[in-house]
Amino acid sequence: MNPVLETAERNEPFGNLEPEAIDKTWRDERGLKGWLSVTTHQAIGKRYIVTAFMFLLLGGLEALLMRLQLSSPENTFLGPGRYNQLFTVHGTTMMFLFAVPVMEGMGVYFVPLMLGTRNVAFPRLNAFGYWMYLAGGLLFYGAALTNTAPDAGWFAYPPLSGPQYSPGKGVDVWAQMITFTEISALCVAVELIATILRMRAPGMSLNRMPLFCWGMLVQSFMVLFAMPAVMVASTVMLLNDRTIGTHFVNPAEGGDPLLYQHIFWFFGHPEVYIIFIPALGMVSAIMEGSTRRGVFGYPAVVLSLVANAFVAFGLWVHHMFATGLPQIGEAYFTAASMMIAITSGVIIFCWIATLWTGRIHLTAALHFVFGFIVIFVLGGMTGVMLASVPLNLQAHDSYFVVGHFHYVLIGGALFPLFGAFHYWFPKFTGRMIDERLGKIAFWILFFGFNLTFFPMHIVGLNGMTRRIYTYPEIVGWQNMNLLATAGAFTILLGGIVFIANVLTSRKSGAPAGNDPWEAGTLEWATSSPPANYNFVHLPFINSRYPLWAGKADRGFVTGMRSDRREVLVTSVLDAEPHHRYVLPGSTIWPFVTAAGLSVGLVGSIFAFSGYFVASALGMIGVIGWFWPREPLEMKP
Amino acid sequence: MKRVLLLSSLAVAGRAQQTAMDPAGAPARSIAHLGLFFLALLTAIYIVVITFALLPLMRRHRGIDQEPLEGNHRPSDATETRMAKRIGLATVATILILFGLITVSVSTSKATSGSPPRPDSLVVEITATQWWWSVRYANNDASRIVMAANEMHIPVGRPVMIRGTSTDVIHSFWVPNLQGKRDLIPSRTNIDWIQADRPGRYRGQCAEFCGLQHAHMALWVVAEPPDRFEEWYSRQLQPAADPADPVRQRGQQVFMDYACVLCHTIQGTQAAGQVGPDLTHLASRLTIAAGTLPNNKGNLAGWITDPQSIKPGNHMATVPIRPEDMQPLLEYLESLQ
Repeated sequence: MNPVLETAERNEPFGNLEPEAIDKTWRDERGLKGWLSVTTHQAIGKRYIVTAFMFLLLGGLEALLMRLQLSSPENTFLGPGRYNQLFTVHGTTMMFLFAVPVMEGMGVYFVPLMLGTRNVAFPRLNAFGYWMYLAGGLLFYGAALTNTAPDAGWFAYPPLSGPQYSPGKGVDVWAQMITFTEISALCVAVELIATILRMRAPGMSLNRMPLFCWGMLVQSFMVLFAMPAVMVASTVMLLNDRTIGTHFVNPAEGGDPLLYQHIFWFFGHPEVYIIFIPALGMVSAIMEGSTRRGVFGYPAVVLSLVANAFVAFGLWVHHMFATGLPQIGEAYFTAASMMIAITSGVIIFCWIATLWTGRIHLTAALHFVFGFIVIFVLGGMTGVMLASVPLNLQAHDSYFVVGHFHYVLIGGALFPLFGAFHYWFPKFTGRMIDERLGKIAFWILFFGFNLTFFPMHIVGLNGMTRRIYTYPEIVGWQNMNLLATAGAFTILLGGIVFIANVLTSRKSGAPAGNDPWEAGTLEWATSSPPANYNFVHLPFINSRYPLWAGKADRGFVTGMRSDRREVLVTSVLDAEPHHRYVLPGSTIWPFVTAAGLSVGLVGSIFAFSGYFVASALGMIGVIGWFWPREPLEMKP
Repeated sequence: MKRVLLLSSLAVAGRAQQTAMDPAGAPARSIAHLGLFFLALLTAIYIVVITFALLPLMRRHRGIDQEPLEGNHRPSDATETRMAKRIGLATVATILILFGLITVSVSTSKATSGSPPRPDSLVVEITATQWWWSVRYANNDASRIVMAANEMHIPVGRPVMIRGTSTDVIHSFWVPNLQGKRDLIPSRTNIDWIQADRPGRYRGQCAEFCGLQHAHMALWVVAEPPDRFEEWYSRQLQPAADPADPVRQRGQQVFMDYACVLCHTIQGTQAAGQVGPDLTHLASRLTIAAGTLPNNKGNLAGWITDPQSIKPGNHMATVPIRPEDMQPLLEYLESLQ
């Protein structure tokens, strides 16, 4: 039977399929085995988000320790060894264990909801990706807590990170942890691309897709091209140089340390956009929900997102201006770096137009969006300065750069993320978050952030270099550093208010209903929190904001079976219904595969034979994963 | 005299000595001017953008919080068209401004980096090693080559070409008052030039993370009028004089008997170690341990006795020197002017 499209009343459950039957099909098993077997995207998305948030807290505590050490000159609170470990672990945690995974988690949770489908395209791969990420994080912090933390900085330049100057296992752990998190990111990228291109609700042609999904699509393609580069740099080159004596980047053996920098930053710069582009999608969603209109200039915003992704791969050398490259090449990378300002500018202009022409409902979430604009645009301005070679040569590797990238990353990703937590909190939990506390948390965080990071620009131009564990009194950096330390503790206070708000609102917030903001996109067309199957009946749409459209313009899909995990596959461009597709059910094999691979990959840090163990155990897991069976979904 | 000294030391202390915002020479000044131009222009743009972003908050419908939420708001087509035109204009303005910024940036880059503009420049080879700087004044006449460490003197008004490399990990040479930074990379030689247009002492420090003691890898650039520079240079050319008084002679013997001699060079003696800094003119320097401590007898004694507590992890060996040998050694080292 082919799917049929029918119309439905606004905010009524789409269709008339029995919820009990579909609920039974999509229910997760109970108990520990059930918990390890979960493949529903909401559960895995939430696991990503909660795990990443734990790493954010750890990274934040590390930052506080560093700020304490730097609060006065010649401080002896931390020694150089401990301090070097702290900033390495802090940077690595924030980039690899927090920022990327939390964005992936938001994508995993919301993309199927916003597209009007039941799960991601490859639910088992999704579970596998999460377990690999968790294993990488546990490996890294397990090592850190047993005093095997890496201490060569989060980009681990050789030769400092090479076998000669970083003996011990710290850098190996660092490099292998990247393998874990990049495998995880690649899994999410592959499944989100497949989901977004083939599982959108019928009628959701690409030009009707929510901007957040566009952001995740662009980000996923960037992950596909960027993450293999960092695995080449960290695992193939650096780790093999260290563990089996290859000669890729070790100058003592004829290797080239600059090769590593090129490949690392070919990943490293797009990485910033991998974090930032989903955040742009979140800002767009919050803005739509809080101004009661679609983002102005949707096609321009989409094209700018795509253009940003392309240009982001062409400007990695601005991290390497001081290495002494030919001048003509430097000019090219200056121009490319500044080009990013054009497309980012277009997006900002479109948002400003949205704010001007919309009806602003000043929610806590929108506070974070305004905070994002104020902070991020400043980070963009210092970014333009850093694109200029002469200015870069003064500012590079100084606290000016530390200030700049915290403005871009915290302003550009963390503020939108916090806004998104407030905006989508009702969807996550079924309850409203306390708006007043949310606004208080915003103001504390906003003030604390600027107090911490603005003085860094000044002290950086005054010559303070990055990654120094102490400084003499004569250089006159103490006042700015003291301000920054005070700011860091203000951020801690804001974080505590936010966490308290989440914990109390989760239990006692006002019930939210399906669509508390009366927003226009599909994630609001189902219950809060959504059931495992998201929608009893899959929606079909014919406008960009189906919940704002007239009654006659919304409908649902019938002819889908409720006794197996069926989803609808639609065409790439126009989302015309194509065929029904049965998703595999819950299974423990992704967990087993990830556990086996992890044991082997961790072992490979100590002996090369670990790779064979990883292959063997991984193979066993994959055999179980793909073992032919006759489950419910195979019955006619 | 004492008062003058006090005043001048205050003047030095009050003046930022390691900052890109108080340039002391041509390249740093061009960069600072470029920076001010960028800063002024971008600040103006920032204020305009943020004003436009925040203005809707003022215009917002009063009391909307009390009103029930209405359905989505659809502005008229005329409004949308007007907005689209404004965004187009803003985008064109952005592109034009960026073109201008690229142009001035590239022209400043040409003027400030690469080889120095004058052929008569001094050539100084900087070799960075964990965690100190070797300074070598190149000269075609081998007898005019000067070796120093952690401190370089330069003549005011004359460009100095820096040829930099590293023996171990990547370091970066940065004296912000004089020039932007340049990485020193093992197996490569990078070229840059600095120039000071007024006398002064300018502090620089390693800008690329290089391991445990990255924080204590500073160097001083002392800019002097040409005649005083020549004076300094000719003194540095001299080998260490043989000590005349018996205490210093004893000190020299101590230096040669202990492990010191294995790593350090003192020209004019048998000490020819290449691992640590050249000590031929140690006493003429402002600091010891790469800018970590002011150079005086007490600090020198502490440094020799226990370098690991002052600069944990550094590569100077802790040499157990008998107490009765310490005083002569210090006397001798203090005499190496």
